[in-house]
Amino acid sequence: MLDGEPLVRWHWLGDHLGYLAGLTGDHAVIALVPVLIGLLLAVPLGLACTRFPRLYQPLAAVFNVVYALPSLAVFVVLIPYTGLATRETVMVPLTCYALAVLLPTTVDGLRAVPEPVRQAATAMGYGPWHRLAAVELPAAVPYLIAGLRVAAVSSISLAAVGALVGRGGLGYLFVDGFQRTFPTPILAGIVLVALLALVCDLLLVAARRLLAPWAAEVAR
Amino acid sequence: MNWLDWLNTFFTDPAHRSGPDSILNRVLEHLAFSAEALALAVLLAVPLGLLIGYTGRGLFLVTALTGVARALPTLGLVTLAVLLAGVGDTAVLLPLTALAAPPLLVAAAEGVRGTDPDVRDAARGIGLTHPQTLFQVCVPSALPTLLAGARTAAVQVIATATVAAYVGLGGLGRYVIDGLATRDFPTTVGGALLVVLLAVAVQLLFALLIRSASPRAARTVHTDEPAGSPALSKDSI
Repeated sequence: MLDGEPLVRWHWLGDHLGYLAGLTGDHAVIALVPVLIGLLLAVPLGLACTRFPRLYQPLAAVFNVVYALPSLAVFVVLIPYTGLATRETVMVPLTCYALAVLLPTTVDGLRAVPEPVRQAATAMGYGPWHRLAAVELPAAVPYLIAGLRVAAVSSISLAAVGALVGRGGLGYLFVDGFQRTFPTPILAGIVLVALLALVCDLLLVAARRLLAPWAAEVAR
Repeated sequence: MNWLDWLNTFFTDPAHRSGPDSILNRVLEHLAFSAEALALAVLLAVPLGLLIGYTGRGLFLVTALTGVARALPTLGLVTLAVLLAGVGDTAVLLPLTALAAPPLLVAAAEGVRGTDPDVRDAARGIGLTHPQTLFQVCVPSALPTLLAGARTAAVQVIATATVAAYVGLGGLGRYVIDGLATRDFPTTVGGALLVVLLAVAVQLLFALLIRSASPRAARTVHTDEPAGSPALSKDSI
């Protein structure tokens, strides 16, 4: 209960702008570097899955389970290996979550090239690598970006839970505000997390327009 | 101290065998609270989703809600709810229900919309009223999709209930949070392992339910695509 404490103390926000910006930057690194690593892993894994289709079923099943593991539990289980309050404790699970979202979308994207198109590329003299770079990967871009949108937004909101194991960027505002019965930092944290997610989402939509203008309608 | 020692300490602790802090009691608390939040979310979201899916009106609302729900930090909502409404399970029930509702809403709407339009026309053609068409034709065909949405919601609720131990909720999160607060790693890690097991068990249960709700002919199709990440609904592709 708040006992007369206002919901938002605006002057606190004004006094702590630099602090809030620092937490936002830390949060962006903790949440988004795992998504980038996830992407770097998902593309070769996705390629392997399209070349060796037998690989895909078991891998997808494993990642499906991993995706559903509660984040706090996974952070805690990693503490003995990565340490309390380190970035790695939060970033390793977030990488797994990102990969779990990105692997299926990568495979869907790589499979989206119609067989006649693939054969046409081969008939025009494209070798397997040239065809991959010039035909298959571009065709997968809208799918990859759709996956990245989900992965980035969930990663940003999940990273805040890391505050409970000592490293959660903006999530620290929730712990701090709760301990002091002070709602201003909590509200600021919720708004900043949502804003960070929104900005990333908009950037990814812009990237899709730039990289795959033909997909603007398909993707909605 | 290694992992096995920790788990041994955790599982042989007499306090974890009986009484309020026993493993059985914590599991039951976790399940009861999660079921309560899920049931409330089903009651709120499924009728609305069915209506939206059947009429095709308000689909933008579904897309917008899922986007927003995915971006909101659970820990922030839970701490804010408790500061505003006071310590207690009801204060936590609200954000949990709010987070479980969007996947159910999407699943209900998408499931009903996914009914073969010819089948729907045929149902109307043989004289079924709109409510009859919805409940006797569209709902059964939407059931696997709906259950998949319920699985996403259930897993989400179990995870958030763990986090909510930070603001005083019982259940398995108690071990994790109390262990962290006192640097008692056996308790923390033991609790985390139990949460993971619970989440996997609930997933398996829903996988079985989805299988038994799918028409026989469609089963091969469904088992063929375990890939689709539960969070990746159609709005995001």
